[in-house]
Amino acid sequence: MVLDNEPRTAATEVTGETETHGFQFQPQNALKASPGTDGTEAAPGEVAIRAENVNAYYGAKHAVGDVSMDVYARKITALIGPSGCGKSTYIRCFNRMHEFSPGARVEGHIYLEGTDIYAPDVDATRVRQRIGMVFQKPNPFPTMSIEENVAAGLRFTNIRNRSEIRDRVETALKQAALWDEVKGDLKKAGIALSGGQQQRLCIARAIAVEPEVVLMDEPCSALDPIATLKIEDLMHGLAERFTIVIVTHNLQQAARVSDWTGFMLAGEDGVGRLVEYRPTQDMFTNPREDRTEAYITGRFG
Amino acid sequence: MASIVEASDPLRRRRHFIDHAMTVVMVGAAVVGIIPLILILFYLLKEGIPGLSLDLFTEDPNRPGLEGGGVRHSIIGSAMIVSVATLIGVPVAIGCGIFLSEFGQNRLGTVLRFLVDVLAGIPSITMGLFIYGLVVLRQGSFSGFAGGLALAILFLPIVARITEEMMLLVPRSIREASLALGAPTWMTAIRVVVPTALPGIATGILLALSRIAGEAAPLLFTTLGNQFFSTNLSQAMDALPLRIFVYAVGPYEYWHEQAWAMSLILVAFILVVSLIVRAVIGTRVVVRS
Repeated sequence: MVLDNEPRTAATEVTGETETHGFQFQPQNALKASPGTDGTEAAPGEVAIRAENVNAYYGAKHAVGDVSMDVYARKITALIGPSGCGKSTYIRCFNRMHEFSPGARVEGHIYLEGTDIYAPDVDATRVRQRIGMVFQKPNPFPTMSIEENVAAGLRFTNIRNRSEIRDRVETALKQAALWDEVKGDLKKAGIALSGGQQQRLCIARAIAVEPEVVLMDEPCSALDPIATLKIEDLMHGLAERFTIVIVTHNLQQAARVSDWTGFMLAGEDGVGRLVEYRPTQDMFTNPREDRTEAYITGRFG
Repeated sequence: MASIVEASDPLRRRRHFIDHAMTVVMVGAAVVGIIPLILILFYLLKEGIPGLSLDLFTEDPNRPGLEGGGVRHSIIGSAMIVSVATLIGVPVAIGCGIFLSEFGQNRLGTVLRFLVDVLAGIPSITMGLFIYGLVVLRQGSFSGFAGGLALAILFLPIVARITEEMMLLVPRSIREASLALGAPTWMTAIRVVVPTALPGIATGILLALSRIAGEAAPLLFTTLGNQFFSTNLSQAMDALPLRIFVYAVGPYEYWHEQAWAMSLILVAFILVVSLIVRAVIGTRVVVRS
């Protein structure tokens, strides 16, 4: 597994250095250090999320094993891999949603702007306000209108100024490429929209609170190809403002939308590990690992 | 190769016979089950309609033995006592249901759930005795409020468990959507899960309401009954079930007639509530899961 760490040589060095700083805080300068300084890859820029040796469990089941990864700011990072490789579990660790699963446990560190989100004094709800999430199945709140759905996160965080809410709802719906379709009937129930529109509504809801990171857990797997295309299109616009991590079954989708791709695979022990993590173009044209090549050329999975 | 053509005649006839026989048995059981309801309704209508009059709703009772008069005081008393029970019972029951569904997946929740079920099984007359000892004896007076309290205890476990069940029906994905927006668990419960489950919870409240409206036993030692019109909740009040009891065993023929009419009013009330419930469920927002 030595090769696993190769693209992150510098990050690995940083890891060694920060361990002496303890659990709670990671110095800012360490976060700015970018991997790829070994000259094989261009410096990818600012790090939004740094995951170090993340292990996730469901009770006794070890689902994610020792995954370390730097997610770059305002880039789209795709996680690919066959079913059951732990990729969804892994991104649910990024906003501490994993802990809602029964018996769930997370080990390791995930740093958001230098703060370990698993530190004991961190408020998980604050983490989730800064790292939003879009789920596999569209899940608008069934009792709320389109407008109320988008505003829900704002209301939860006690923003009460009506004109501010209206402005942010409009902005979010525009960013989610839904505004033109719904601007006439914002009072309509969110669940009255089509599946693809519902998913864009969920994206608008997630970005209305202006998080830094948006996690997308197979956001298109319940949608038809045209709805999928619309979401892929809007993702590029979103990446100008937000850091996006997308889990997808769809290799073409990863290749089309992402800047960086991580390939995860469950070993024979059933533990999902990161096999390779590189710029998307390199990953798909010139994978370093045989297992990656086998997967992206469709030989398994 | 297996044939899809029917098997030989004796076997086939036997199978068809069993099929028909079972159908007859099931339909028979269903009919037997409905017969009591039909008989009750039929008998109630037959005996109750002659006693129905506008006076029944607008007049208070005459001096015993003097024909005429009505039971306005009982109807208003029932409405007030049931309202007190609902006002006390609904917030407590819904709070309890929220706790059980959102925070009750642990030992405390299991214990509480068990206790609520035990409470639901306690005979209603015991509730009356309990409140008699707790409230009536201490206050030194029967009161409509004490009756409302007894009915509230009856109301509580029914609505608490229905609230829990209805909230558990809300898909996990809806909760996750709220949690992922940074809403804490309690906020998710109150702002997202309860509104989504509200039609079901309202249904439960109405069903429990129709259940307690017909209860006489918890009121016997609490509100006592009153043959005069009173809207003072701190004094003895009358209620329809109590008045039915008094009139049904009383000596006058017109009392019996009025008792039947009051029973019909109670059943009509329950029927109306059930119809409202059906209408609510009919228009219920279907949650896509």
